[in-house]
Amino acid sequence: MKTAISINGLVIVLLIISFIKDKKKTKKSLLIALKTLGKIAPSILSVILLIGLMYGLFSDKIALFFGQENGVIGFVTIALFGSVIHMPSLLAFPLAGSFLAEGASVSSVAAFITTLTMIGIVTLPLEIKTMGKKFAIYRNLFSFGIALIIAVLMGVIL
Amino acid sequence: MNEQMMKKNKKNSKKGFLFLGLVIVGFILTSILIPEKSPLILQTSFDYFKQMAMVFPAILILMGLFTVWVSKEFVMIHLGESSGIKGIAVAFFLGAIPTGPIFVAFPIAQALRKKGASYTNLVIFLSAWACIKIPQELVEMQFLGVNFMLARLLLTTVFITIMGVSINKLMNTEKEIEVKI
Repeated sequence: MKTAISINGLVIVLLIISFIKDKKKTKKSLLIALKTLGKIAPSILSVILLIGLMYGLFSDKIALFFGQENGVIGFVTIALFGSVIHMPSLLAFPLAGSFLAEGASVSSVAAFITTLTMIGIVTLPLEIKTMGKKFAIYRNLFSFGIALIIAVLMGVIL
Repeated sequence: MNEQMMKKNKKNSKKGFLFLGLVIVGFILTSILIPEKSPLILQTSFDYFKQMAMVFPAILILMGLFTVWVSKEFVMIHLGESSGIKGIAVAFFLGAIPTGPIFVAFPIAQALRKKGASYTNLVIFLSAWACIKIPQELVEMQFLGVNFMLARLLLTTVFITIMGVSINKLMNTEKEIEVKI
């Protein structure tokens, strides 16, 4: 909430400064904002609906994955699961902490959190739209790879 | 050329609406087939919508102002191909400022790219946005411990940088090949 207020406040101040300095440029910038909104609105809405859908359908299955941890396959399944689902970190960390307390391995918890935050299958359409197909696919594939590496290393370190 | 681009844009926006339509159909189907899940699905989507709505208009305006006021040279110097370690640091810093959900970052990254930011720094910016946020680190510390948080923070920072440099190389070599052909 605080961040939302400060961002909005900052933008209002900047907008006023911009308007005092150059009305034409300010109008143009607002037009750019509006155009961008029009372009990505359907993708944004899809993303929001998909996040809800995935979370609603699968959130109660998370514990199941951690329960039947069987080696590499279980580990990769958790990472894949983290890539598909999307949840706020305020919810994810307590959940991950409870798995750790219940005996899940450090690696699997790290894999879950890292894929959860870094990779967005549901946000992919929007990423492709704004950044291009190649970039979006590279970034998500690479992220999946490094999430696995980070998770394994975490298991070794801790 | 211009007409072609307009056609492409139209095709793209059609795709966007088609996808949205598919998602809505999925939404309706689930609420018919698994009605007991509906409240949680709706609640989650609504929460994200609220989170987005609170910052998105401001972010879009910020992006518009950025496009109009900030020069290409400025972005190139600080985030461009030859910005080096300083550019990487700037990208990490910009990404780590607490702002909002990751999908808010994409239009910003797009604006940065148009102004000449390198792919290395765009990858770093987006990844930092996704997983290195100061409030997020504090929550992680609270629930998973200091060591877990610090180890993961250090590893992600190192690997995000490696990933950024690698993707930059891949994107640029492909561009060169295209030019040669």
